[in-house]
Amino acid sequence: MSGITVDPAVSCAPAQEISADLSGQMLELDEDDDLEVFSKDSTLSDGSLFNASMPTSPASMVNQLEEDVDTKDIFITVDNPESHVTAIETFITYRVLTKTTRSEFDLCEYEVRRRYQDFLWLKGKLEEAHPTLIVHPLPEKFVMKGMVERFNDDFIETRRKALHKFLNRIADHPILSCSEDFKIFLTAQAWELTSHKKQGPGFLSRMGDTVRAVANTVRGVKNRPEEFATIQEYVDTFAQKITSLDRVTQRILKEQKEYLEELKEYGPAYTLWSGSEEELVEPLKGVAGCIDRCCKETEEQVNHLAESLVPALHEYVLCAETLKAVLRRRDNIQAEYETKNETLANKKADREALKEEIEKLEDKMECANNALKVDWSRWQRSMREDVKTAFIHTAEKNVDYYEKCLAVWESFLLSQGSGLDAESSREQPQAPEEMTKEVSLQAT
Amino acid sequence: MVEEGAHLVKKMEICVAEAEKRMGKNSVNIQETYTVYLIETRPIDAVAEGQNPAPDSLWRRYSEFELLRNYLLVTYPFVVVPPLPEKRAEFVWHKLSADNMDPDFVERRRVGLENFLLRVASHSVLSNDKIFYHFLKEESGWKEVVFETGFQAKADSRLRALNATFRVKTPDKRFTELKHYSDELQSVTSQLLRVRARVADRLYGVYKVHGNYGRVFRYASSIDDILEEEEHYADQLKEYLFYAEALRAVCRKHELMQYELETAVLDLTSKKQQREELATGTVRTFSFKGMTTKLFGQETQEQREAKLQVLEEQIIEGEELVKEKTVECEEFVKNAWVDMERFKEQKDRDLKEALINYAIMQIGVCKKGIQVWANAKECFSKM
Repeated sequence: MSGITVDPAVSCAPAQEISADLSGQMLELDEDDDLEVFSKDSTLSDGSLFNASMPTSPASMVNQLEEDVDTKDIFITVDNPESHVTAIETFITYRVLTKTTRSEFDLCEYEVRRRYQDFLWLKGKLEEAHPTLIVHPLPEKFVMKGMVERFNDDFIETRRKALHKFLNRIADHPILSCSEDFKIFLTAQAWELTSHKKQGPGFLSRMGDTVRAVANTVRGVKNRPEEFATIQEYVDTFAQKITSLDRVTQRILKEQKEYLEELKEYGPAYTLWSGSEEELVEPLKGVAGCIDRCCKETEEQVNHLAESLVPALHEYVLCAETLKAVLRRRDNIQAEYETKNETLANKKADREALKEEIEKLEDKMECANNALKVDWSRWQRSMREDVKTAFIHTAEKNVDYYEKCLAVWESFLLSQGSGLDAESSREQPQAPEEMTKEVSLQAT
Repeated sequence: MVEEGAHLVKKMEICVAEAEKRMGKNSVNIQETYTVYLIETRPIDAVAEGQNPAPDSLWRRYSEFELLRNYLLVTYPFVVVPPLPEKRAEFVWHKLSADNMDPDFVERRRVGLENFLLRVASHSVLSNDKIFYHFLKEESGWKEVVFETGFQAKADSRLRALNATFRVKTPDKRFTELKHYSDELQSVTSQLLRVRARVADRLYGVYKVHGNYGRVFRYASSIDDILEEEEHYADQLKEYLFYAEALRAVCRKHELMQYELETAVLDLTSKKQQREELATGTVRTFSFKGMTTKLFGQETQEQREAKLQVLEEQIIEGEELVKEKTVECEEFVKNAWVDMERFKEQKDRDLKEALINYAIMQIGVCKKGIQVWANAKECFSKM
């Protein structure tokens, strides 16, 4: 089946290769080295205290993954949108409620209000700290087409759901959920958050990073390892496919909605007719009733599409962009390392200092690559699960829809006392000439 | 209950077997393409006895069917004459073509024409008609025979009929109700057909878009089956939409007859009144005669007697006419009412069956849907 999933031939191979590599590495690394890998580089540990719940090795990270499902110790909900009006602007805040038993949290329960900007900040910090981890996308900042009103109820609800998913995905992530910024996001009062936001690398240094990043992009990476080249290909194909899936699904939703609108007029047309008849009142009203009930079912079907399948697919369209950015950042890290390495060959002076820098960059690159590899297979699993579930759910909903409609029509047939049972539904309806022949034979 | 004349359909198998395109010169000598339909007839006894004789067959085009129907309308005005399938495709939704030459349209028309012939052949009165029999059996010369009956002269002018509608003084309550019913039937079935066409259009759109997902969702071949059944259902509704017009025609005819009767009665009454006035010399109502008499003097006794004579003759004629018209009216009402009852029963039966078949069709659609999506779910699970 072509349209639904990314071509298995492309997706299976690299994933298997990566996991094989990873498991090989897992067996070789021992505890002490791991500890050093994580504490050496401040960007990975966020300068925070090392705590017990933080995974210390890729091995334990994978285990954590499996445990997470059963021993979830943090529950986050995003709800209760409220509108705020100030002199300068109008914006919406959402309530973020956290319930947790994790030891790094002082309390078991936190309730804060956050606005979209705050979520954007969090995402930025997480990406800064873990450039090659795959952070679940945020809902779009601006609405491109269709909606005029930014504070339209549907829009707010869709955004709320997406924000809820965003935070929960981070909470589920073995590394990201340990982020200090994440904790502050969940727990700090408004003024605390504002002051925390002001800390961190200043504007100028961030500018410097950006300039360097751009420079590296222009230069390009020279020896991209095969596995990442494969991932890049996969991502490109995935992006195409998910975009077209998204588009088709939106089209289907639109057509279903238009069908529903016409269907709403159909039942009443039969009811109208029944007003002129005597003998036919019952069957006409019966048919009208059936159509009206099927109409309700169709409405539910449309709602499911709009609230479940479309957002699920759209999320992964955004994910594709995230993946591309992650791969770009990984490339940049490698490019940085390669540049420095080249400088080593040219410059005569300060070789020691350079060598140290290069070593640091090499570590950085290796960490980045490893992190990406693990997160990649994690993401793939998650993506497959999500897309598969979304479609299975939709298929189930549709089977349910048809079964309900079937029951409606069958009960109508029963009420008409026709001897026809479900079996005869396979027969072709009688052509009028046969009907007339029977009629005339009955008449004589 | 044995109906007279239903014999024809009992004796003979009738079908419209095929349709073919022909080229020919029309009445204004211009080359045109038209479709002809093959009518086949076979005695039922022969088939029942195990013989398989070749059927008699001839070709007829749509305009000949129209001519036949017009003849029947004029000749049997008290009958609700079965309608022909539509001349042009109406209530079309975008997938269907409105082209008369479109093979699907031609096919549906073939079915409709067969249905028409069968309905006529099973009607107690219509099936006895010689022209109808001739239509089925003799290809050449039929048109001439029809024209020879002079039926066209008997056709009521539209204007006269319209006139009657507004001037009938004592309409038959039953016919008034029937007239209202036929108007309502026409309106509700039109509305239903319109909405149905839009719904079918949208549904087709939904199925088509699903095809973009991939092979799993290609409802493909089953869509065409579903849509064909839908059109068949629409044709059944259309038949009764057109029947409403036939019903209206009978009501119109009744009004006309009633009006003519009333006019004859009025005429007679006024003549009788004139006679009285002339005989007694009193002028009860204003008349020019009275005026001129006053102005120009009385008539002579001779003149008066001459006039009375004329009037007497006219009154006798008038009484005959009234008697004739009354009988005509009563016959018409009696026959029309019998046919109404027959039609009503037929309509209730046919439409109830159509609705039931519609439900069966929907059940079929649901079952297909369940199949497609259960299959899809399996595919997804294997992902």
